[in-house]
Amino acid sequence: MRETFTKGMARNIYYGGGVFFFLVLIGLTVDTVTTIPKTDNRDNLTEQVAAGKRLWEKNDCIGCHTLLGEGAYFAPELGNVYTRFGKSTDAIKGFIKSRPKNGIPGRRSMPQFNFTDEQLEELAQFLKYVDGIKTARNWPPNVQG
Amino acid sequence: MKYQSQSIARLYFIAAIALFIGQILFGVTMGLQYVWGDFLFPAIPFNVARMVHTNLLIVWLLFGFMGAAYYLIPEESERELFAPWLAKLMFWIFLVAGALTILGYLLVPYATLAEMTMDDLLPTMGREFLEQPTITKIGIVIVALAFLFNIGMTILTGRKTVINLVLLTGLTGLAVFFLFAFYVPDNLVLDKYFWWFVVHLWVEGVWELIMASMLAYVLIKVTGVDREVIEKWLYIIIAMALISGLVGTGHHFFWIGTPDYWQWLGSIFSALEPIPFFMMTLFAFNVVNKRRRNHPNKAAVLWALGTAVMAFLGAGVWGFLHTLAPVNFYTHGTQITAAHGHMAFYGAYVMVNLTVISYAMPIIRGKQANNERAQVIEMWSFWLMTVSMVFITLFLTGAGILQVYLQRYSEAPLPFIVVQEKLALFYWLREFAGLVFLVGLILYVYSFFAKGKEVEIVEDLDMKKAVTS
Repeated sequence: MRETFTKGMARNIYYGGGVFFFLVLIGLTVDTVTTIPKTDNRDNLTEQVAAGKRLWEKNDCIGCHTLLGEGAYFAPELGNVYTRFGKSTDAIKGFIKSRPKNGIPGRRSMPQFNFTDEQLEELAQFLKYVDGIKTARNWPPNVQG
Repeated sequence: MKYQSQSIARLYFIAAIALFIGQILFGVTMGLQYVWGDFLFPAIPFNVARMVHTNLLIVWLLFGFMGAAYYLIPEESERELFAPWLAKLMFWIFLVAGALTILGYLLVPYATLAEMTMDDLLPTMGREFLEQPTITKIGIVIVALAFLFNIGMTILTGRKTVINLVLLTGLTGLAVFFLFAFYVPDNLVLDKYFWWFVVHLWVEGVWELIMASMLAYVLIKVTGVDREVIEKWLYIIIAMALISGLVGTGHHFFWIGTPDYWQWLGSIFSALEPIPFFMMTLFAFNVVNKRRRNHPNKAAVLWALGTAVMAFLGAGVWGFLHTLAPVNFYTHGTQITAAHGHMAFYGAYVMVNLTVISYAMPIIRGKQANNERAQVIEMWSFWLMTVSMVFITLFLTGAGILQVYLQRYSEAPLPFIVVQEKLALFYWLREFAGLVFLVGLILYVYSFFAKGKEVEIVEDLDMKKAVTS
């Protein structure tokens, strides 16, 4: 680099730029947190849904599936599974419940988690709540996720 | 080696490489599960293998960063490490905690692990990359604080250089942003938003500071180029990393229920994120071209140039490929993401760790550089691992393009699992490339034990010129 561009100038860009854009990120975060009640479906965030989210986490569902596109890419997107399954929580529960213990020979298999009926309902309600989150451009592009 | 306490790095480097081997073994296992769906099911389901694969990566990179810090900070600060005993103690605590966590993943169902570790008291488990039991996370914080105290005191009471201050800043940021791992709200949008404060602000923020300072340190050592020149580069690279990367976090806020303005902000700022990586490539080649000595450790120079190029390709180019919102609309959460993730992590953080290990390990073992044969083997491992990672990335990109078309773009979108079956050929090819990577890694480990003719000491090019003219 040329001599006219000194180390001091580079240092000032680092400190100035770093601090400035960190403050910008904080400002945008404050705005985002105050704006998202319009989209985050919090009206339907019940105790049951929260319990379903805990089950989702406790069984590491994100280790195979994506949820709103984030997670692992081994198994289908579940952010819109409620819509894909014909807006039926029973269909979701039926699917989870019917997984064979030893998997399906040769195919990607979902474990049998032995959930109680109450837990199945909580999980299904959680996935229904996620489906109600208003994503930009209504992502995913189509029902297949 | 100027200071005795630098040798503590050896422990950290050995642990890092051991965990790296584990990471790759689980990587090839998962690769096989992609095409042989019930391989090892139900003993090791895919999610468990993936957790082990990604968590081992994170833990060994942290071991590498800490080892690098323990090696270079005493030398930069021109004093012994503040508390060598503390560094050793923390090593064992971190290793045991890490090993127990991985065994927990493998030996009991995840939900059982959550209960055994009383996750209900402060639930933090079950989020991608942050799957560790809460008690492990607390352990990580304690280890990180003790580590920061140790290197911080070393720097504060010693010589302060740009390299050790930038490294300290990066490592402090790493510890601070990790605290967001303890915030798990019921509201999924908020949960996702702040999850990225760990994940993005680590790998596209403070880790770049760590990487750039590690690279700058090795380049000073192997090229003998004036510190002033290198420090100027370092400042401008990390300046661009923060200027682009902080608001660039927005490229994760396109489709998770966050406001629409992130589409613009995320696209524009993350489109700038390749710049710091491109500058790192320019920096490395520039400085090596202007070298004032031919360092006998050619392997370390190769790693240094390699990490600069591969970080630019993996993080820069493959990141840019799908970072603009209109493109990301189709590619979000597909194999394109996986392709980018693999080359970015390998190119930036795996390779920069291997650069420092390659430079420092021979010195810790009492010589300037490894013998010629060991270096040749190490350079073979460089090419095998790097080329196979390029192919892994290309095959996953191929799979990703096809997946996007069949599942999201065509007139009649097909279900996920139907599409996955159509991608089997790409997954087989990826698995084959993964096995080549494993061969490269085995060679890499072997290079530490290979015997051969010892190399001569540093040759100073200025001296040579003076003599010949």
